[in-house]
Amino acid sequence: MKTQTINKKQVAEKTQRITGSEAIVKSLMAEGVDILYGYPGGAIMPVYDELYKFQDQIHHVLTRHEQGAAHAAQGYARISGKVGVAIATSGPGATNLITGIADAQIDSTPIVCITGQVPSHLLGSDAFQETDIVGISTPVTKWNCQVTKSEDIPKAIAKAFYIAKSGRPGPVLVDITKDAQFGELDFKYEKCKGIRSYIPIPKTDPQSIIAAAELINNAKKPMIVWGQGVILGQAEEELKAVIEKAGIPAAWTILGASALPTSHPLNIGMVGMHGNYAPNKLTNECDVLIAIGMRFDDRVTGDLKTYAKQAKIIHFDIDPAEIDKNVKSDVAVLGNSKESLALLFDALNKNSHDSWLKEFKDLYAIEFEKVIKGDINPTKEGLTMGEVLKQINIESKGNAAIVSDVGQHQMIACRYADFNVSKSNITSGGLGTMGFALPAAIGAKMAAPDREVVAIIGDGGYQMNIQELGTIFQQKAAVKIVVLNNEFLGMVRQWQQLFFDKRYASTEMTNPNFVAIAEGYYIKAKKVTKREELAEAVKEMMASKESFFLEVCVEKEDNVFPMIPSGASVSDVRLS
Amino acid sequence: MNEDIKSFTISIYTENNIGLLNRISAIFQRRHINIESLTTSQSEIDGVNRFVIVVNMTETNANKIVKQIEKQVETIRAYYHTDEETIYQESCMFKIKSTLLFEEPQIQNIIKECNARIVTVNKEFFVLEKSGRRNEIESLRRDLNVFGIMQFVRSGRIAVTKDEMKVTEMLLAFNNQ
Repeated sequence: MKTQTINKKQVAEKTQRITGSEAIVKSLMAEGVDILYGYPGGAIMPVYDELYKFQDQIHHVLTRHEQGAAHAAQGYARISGKVGVAIATSGPGATNLITGIADAQIDSTPIVCITGQVPSHLLGSDAFQETDIVGISTPVTKWNCQVTKSEDIPKAIAKAFYIAKSGRPGPVLVDITKDAQFGELDFKYEKCKGIRSYIPIPKTDPQSIIAAAELINNAKKPMIVWGQGVILGQAEEELKAVIEKAGIPAAWTILGASALPTSHPLNIGMVGMHGNYAPNKLTNECDVLIAIGMRFDDRVTGDLKTYAKQAKIIHFDIDPAEIDKNVKSDVAVLGNSKESLALLFDALNKNSHDSWLKEFKDLYAIEFEKVIKGDINPTKEGLTMGEVLKQINIESKGNAAIVSDVGQHQMIACRYADFNVSKSNITSGGLGTMGFALPAAIGAKMAAPDREVVAIIGDGGYQMNIQELGTIFQQKAAVKIVVLNNEFLGMVRQWQQLFFDKRYASTEMTNPNFVAIAEGYYIKAKKVTKREELAEAVKEMMASKESFFLEVCVEKEDNVFPMIPSGASVSDVRLS
Repeated sequence: MNEDIKSFTISIYTENNIGLLNRISAIFQRRHINIESLTTSQSEIDGVNRFVIVVNMTETNANKIVKQIEKQVETIRAYYHTDEETIYQESCMFKIKSTLLFEEPQIQNIIKECNARIVTVNKEFFVLEKSGRRNEIESLRRDLNVFGIMQFVRSGRIAVTKDEMKVTEMLLAFNNQ
């Protein structure tokens, strides 16, 4: 009896008796969350009640749609490397998060989504606003769970944050029934330090480093293609050191952009469907292809049967399931890019490949002449998307974070934006989610208020989450919004022109007065239709201390080149 | 380059988690791979479940799928094996009219010859149980079908592998961290 009393006393000292909903908020705060994005509703109201009480410690951003909350959490995570948090009610609130969750899954973005759920005694009864969100979100989450007991809340949230952030990051959803929110528990928060069935970072085999280094040291025409794994692994410096020591030309996937400054002499540009001419073409000329933290997406490789067949492939990745998934590797190096690249650095000989690098420069000159010149220094009457990017570069000096949506403007933004700082290219890569940029830019700006955040969006994608202008206004988020308006769903129209005999089925848009809409939300707004107005308008936007909307009316039927037609070989990249 | 499609037994050691079956079956579904049979039970390790899944696919795909299964947070380890690398059995039950047992003496011979076991007998029916390879069960079903079967049911494959599974070591290594 005596020992029992002592034990009870000890427990009382360490824990607090609180409600499940308070435990949710306290668990989030224990994970260092000071901002979250969401939308209230019936099944999550107890949590909102607690958020009201703790509003001086944790800032809830009311988005105008749950999809906006999920993308804002993504933008927050992508620019900061921290876990983004979104919160929604059951039923439609939860299902509206799904697009953002799927986007985070395919782009390996750490977010935690908390959803309210109907009381546990109603589960399975088709109750009001009941959906099986755990079932729905299973294929698009790294992990998910449903909590029906108050006392399980802290552990579930601890596990959620650990899983979202560790190893290859990803989205996690925790669904919490309303009775678990109302119930009480003895609260004590312990961060999750490990899960026995889960190995976040596989061990790097020293032999694989030796084998990789040997291939690279003996290569005449080595080429690196890096992806977001470098950014997620915080291996930017290690990548740069490897490239410089071995003198290897290095290209990036869309999500790898900004890990190495644009101006770096060994940065040879973007690979993939609308990537640069040289790295695409020379993928089929190199003798060793070193893939780092990238997953050989079909938009990168084109036809796999003709992809880098002449080359030895070295694949660095944290995720064993990526090895040999699309492209068979000769050497696979598992592990965290920061550590494996540091080991590789030690094993590499100092080297240079000047004549090989010149091949890239020569092809760049061709691309410049045939594509880039016309994009950024156009002589025709209509404005181009490329010249808008050029003006933004002039004003940002390469220091802005560029948040792009999906389509032609995205390809132009990723091709032409200058980046000096890592984690600066925030875009929906794998899922290609139109509507991503506006809310993601809000999250990015709130995570990094000192940075300039420029959202570059097409007129189509802008209208998919245009309601988030309300969030920008309410939060005073100083996001700069550029809509490149060609009155078309441009990328689809481009495909219709090239592959569907110009049958422009449902791609032409009759657009509203975008300036009036922005002004309706009390956001400063400007519209540019002539070249001579562009520089001044971009300057004004970038100098603004508040959010600013700039619509640029660009040429209606411009195409993005280079282009690897779907299913063609990387070496068949077209310049026109 | 066209690789042969073979039968593979996929063994998965997992935590006992309510949603995991969904996660695992979704990985097959995405690639349009039909699950021939699926069994789940306790494994040799307390608190660890084991899935035994039989699928027909190429070895390249088996390898990719096993890695995608192993990637799931609550999967401890996943393996694939060919039929030759495993010892496997299925089990089945027949419900048959009791009168036949007395009227058709051949039935008694069939039961004896194929090592089937009578689980229960009552006035209306008797229940026969048999474990073995698919072809043995199929041949028994054909033999009994002549006389009429009231109900037939066959389980999924259960299998143990000839080589060692290093799951216990992995769990111990985690505990000793």
